[in-house]
Amino acid sequence: MCAELLPERISLDEWGYPILDGTPLDGREVEHALRAARACPTLALLVDRERRS
Amino acid sequence: MITPLAAAGPSFDWYLTRSTGAVALLLLSVAIALGVADVQRWSTPRWPRFVIDSLHRNVSLLALAFLVVHILTSVLDSFAHIGLIDAIVPFVGSYRPFWLGLGAVAFDLILAVIATSLLRARMGYASWRAVHWLTYASWPIALLHGFGTGSDAKGTWLLALSAICVVLVVGAVLARVISGWPGDMRLRGAALGGVGAFALFLVLWLPQGPLGSEWARRSGTPSSLLAHAHAAAASGRTR
Amino acid sequence: MSEAPSATTELLPDVQSREDRDAPREQAPALPRLLAGVRRHGSVTLDEHIALHGPLPQVRGARRRGRERATMLIEEIGRAGLLGRGGAAFPTALKLRAVAAARGRAIVVANGAEGEPASHKDQTLLEMLPQLVLDGAVVAAEAVGAEEAIVCVCESAPASIASVEAAIEERSADRSATRAPKLHVTRVPSHYVAGQESALVNYLGGGPARPTFTPPMPFEQGLRRRPTLIDNVETLAHIALIARHGARWFRQLGTPTHPGSALVTLSGPVRHPGVYEIEHGASLSSLIDAAGGPTAGVRGVLMGGYAGAWIRGESLRHVALSNEHLAPHGASLGAGVVVLLSEQACPVAETARVARWLAGQSTRQCGPCIHGLDALAGTVEQVAAGAAPPQVARRLERLASLTARRGACGHPDGAVNLIMSALEAFEAEFADHARHGPCEDCARAPELALAHRPVSERANGASS
Repeated sequence: MCAELLPERISLDEWGYPILDGTPLDGREVEHALRAARACPTLALLVDRERRS
Repeated sequence: MITPLAAAGPSFDWYLTRSTGAVALLLLSVAIALGVADVQRWSTPRWPRFVIDSLHRNVSLLALAFLVVHILTSVLDSFAHIGLIDAIVPFVGSYRPFWLGLGAVAFDLILAVIATSLLRARMGYASWRAVHWLTYASWPIALLHGFGTGSDAKGTWLLALSAICVVLVVGAVLARVISGWPGDMRLRGAALGGVGAFALFLVLWLPQGPLGSEWARRSGTPSSLLAHAHAAAASGRTR
Repeated sequence: MSEAPSATTELLPDVQSREDRDAPREQAPALPRLLAGVRRHGSVTLDEHIALHGPLPQVRGARRRGRERATMLIEEIGRAGLLGRGGAAFPTALKLRAVAAARGRAIVVANGAEGEPASHKDQTLLEMLPQLVLDGAVVAAEAVGAEEAIVCVCESAPASIASVEAAIEERSADRSATRAPKLHVTRVPSHYVAGQESALVNYLGGGPARPTFTPPMPFEQGLRRRPTLIDNVETLAHIALIARHGARWFRQLGTPTHPGSALVTLSGPVRHPGVYEIEHGASLSSLIDAAGGPTAGVRGVLMGGYAGAWIRGESLRHVALSNEHLAPHGASLGAGVVVLLSEQACPVAETARVARWLAGQSTRQCGPCIHGLDALAGTVEQVAAGAAPPQVARRLERLASLTARRGACGHPDGAVNLIMSALEAFEAEFADHARHGPCEDCARAPELALAHRPVSERANGASS
C-alpha cells in the first residue's frame, strides 16, 4: 500500500515489502509519506525528522 | 412512509430506528467484507489497495454514524421506554431485555474496535490487532439483535437485507479461509465450523423464533405494550 | 579453564584509593585479569573474591560528592577505552554517560543472555565469577544513579543461575550497610535474538523477547519507561576492575584502539576448547597454542559468532584478535567467538545448516528477514545439494541486498554477513558443490554447534 501512496520513494521487493530509498523527503512529499505511514497495516513505517547535529 | 395508525401505530421514530439499524448492519457487513479484501491484499488497477483500505475505514465510520442515530432514535421513541444507558449497558432494559442487550454488546464491541483504530499509531500493532478481531464477534450479535428486537421481522425487505448481510460476511470469511488462513489447521476448521454452525442455527431458529408466532410476547416485550404490537401486526403493515 | 598466553598469574595489589591513582605504580601487565582465581569447579566466593581483588571502592560516597564521583568514574572508564563485550563494541563510557544524563531514575540490566550457541563466556563468568559481575553491576548502577540491577541469565544455564543467586545471597548477608543497588536475577529465553537489547527490555517488561525498532531507545526509556543501562556481563566485569585499578592499568594490555583483555570462546579441533582470556591483539596462533594446539588441519575460522565472518585457513597465520586487525579480513571479534573448522568438515554443508538455523531464529516480525533468510538458506542448501539455480551467485547477492538492514534488529544483517563471507572464503568449495553436488565430507557429523533454541511462544506472538 505504501508503494501505491508514495511511489516516488518506495518500491517493493519480490515479497511485497517496501524498499525505502532513504533520501530525505521534500515538502510536498511529507504529507503523502505521513499518509503512507498511517496506512501501513503493521505500522512498520516511520516518518522521522532529520536531525541536524 | 406509512401514515401512523392512531396512537398505537408505529411512530416516525420507530421507522427511523429500524431503518438506521438496518443500514448500520448492512454497512457493518460491507466493512467486514472490505476488511477481508484489505488484509487479503486484494486489488485491481482501478481499485488499488489504498483505496480498499480507505473504503474499509470510511464505511466503518459511516456504520458508526448510522448506529449512533439508530440509538438516539430508539431512545427518543416513546413507545418502548429505552434509555440511553441501555445502549451501552446490556440486559438492563425493560423492553425485550435480552435482544436489546445484544445490541448494546455489539455497540460496545464496535466502539472498542473503532476507538482503537483511531488511536492505532499510538497503541502498537499487536494490541490494536487483538481488539480488531472483536469485529467478528460483533456482527452475529448485531444480526441477532436485529432479528430479536424487530416487530416486523417477517417483512420481505428486512429479510432480504439480512440475507445480503449474511452472504457478505459469510462469503468474506469463506474467501479468507479458502485462501489459506489461518495457518493453523485447527483454527481454520474452527472458523469454518463456526460459520457453518451459525448458518445452521439461523436456519433452524428463525422460523420458530422471530418469524414464528407471538414473537413479540416471547421475546420479552412488556405486556403493557403487547396490545399495541398486536394491533400493528394485525393491520398487516409491513415496512 | 583459563590459561594466559603470556605472564603468570599474580594476585592483584591492594586497592588504590582514588587520590593515589596518579602515583606511578608500575606492575607487569598480567593475564589473567577477569579469570584470576577461577577454579575447575565451583564459583569464587565473596571472601575469595575480595581477597583476590580487594574491596570495591565506593563510587557514591558522601552525598554531596556523590555525583562528582560518579562522573569521575565514567570519565575513568572513558579514558580506559572500554568497549562493550556483547558484540557491538560500543564505547561503554558513552552509554553510561547517556543513561546518567537521561531523565528519570535509571535501571541497570546485566545481559548474560548469550543466545549464541558457540559462545560460553558469559555463562562461565556468571557461574565461576559471579561476584565480579555483581561488582560491575553495582558500580555501573552507582555511576548512573540506579537503585536496581537485574542480572539476566540464559534459562538453559541452570548452574549459572544458581551461582548468581547464591552470590547475591552472600552479599546481602555480608554487606550489612545494604549498599544500593538492589540485585535481582532473572531467567531469560535462550533463543538467538533474546539477548538483543530491545528484546531483553521487552521481555523484562513482561512482553515477548522480540526486538522493537520504534523509538525511544533503551538508554532514554527502556524498562518501565526508565533510562536503562544494558551491558554485557563481561563488560561489567571489566568495569569492576577498572573501578579498582584505573584506566592506565586497563590500558597496559591490548592495543591503543582496542585496549584491555577479553574473553573468547574457542571451539573446534583443538586439544582444550573452552573460554580463554586474551589480550586484544594477541595472535590467533597463540590462542590455539594456549589451547593445546590443533588436533587436525584447520580449513577456516568463523570469527565473531554466527553473525560473524569466515576467514580461510591459509590466512590464519596473520590473524590477530582485535577488531582493527580483523577488519581487513572482513571480520570483527564480536562476542569473542572463535570457531575453528577442521579440514575434514565441509564448509558448504556447515554454512547451509547454520543459515537454515539462523532463518529459524527469526522472530518473524519483519518481512525481509522472514523471506530473505529463508530464501538465502534455501539457495545455499540448493548449492550444497548440487541443485543450484542458474546465476546462483547473482541471486545470492541480490537476496543479500534485499535482506540486510531491512529488519528491526541486526539479525538478518548478521546472517547475511555469515553467508556472504562463506561464499568468499570458500569460493572454490561452493563452486564445486554447485557443479558436482555434495562432497564426501557433507555427510559427516556437523562440527558447528547449533542448539535447539525454539523461538518460543513467549518470544513470538502469532503472526496472522
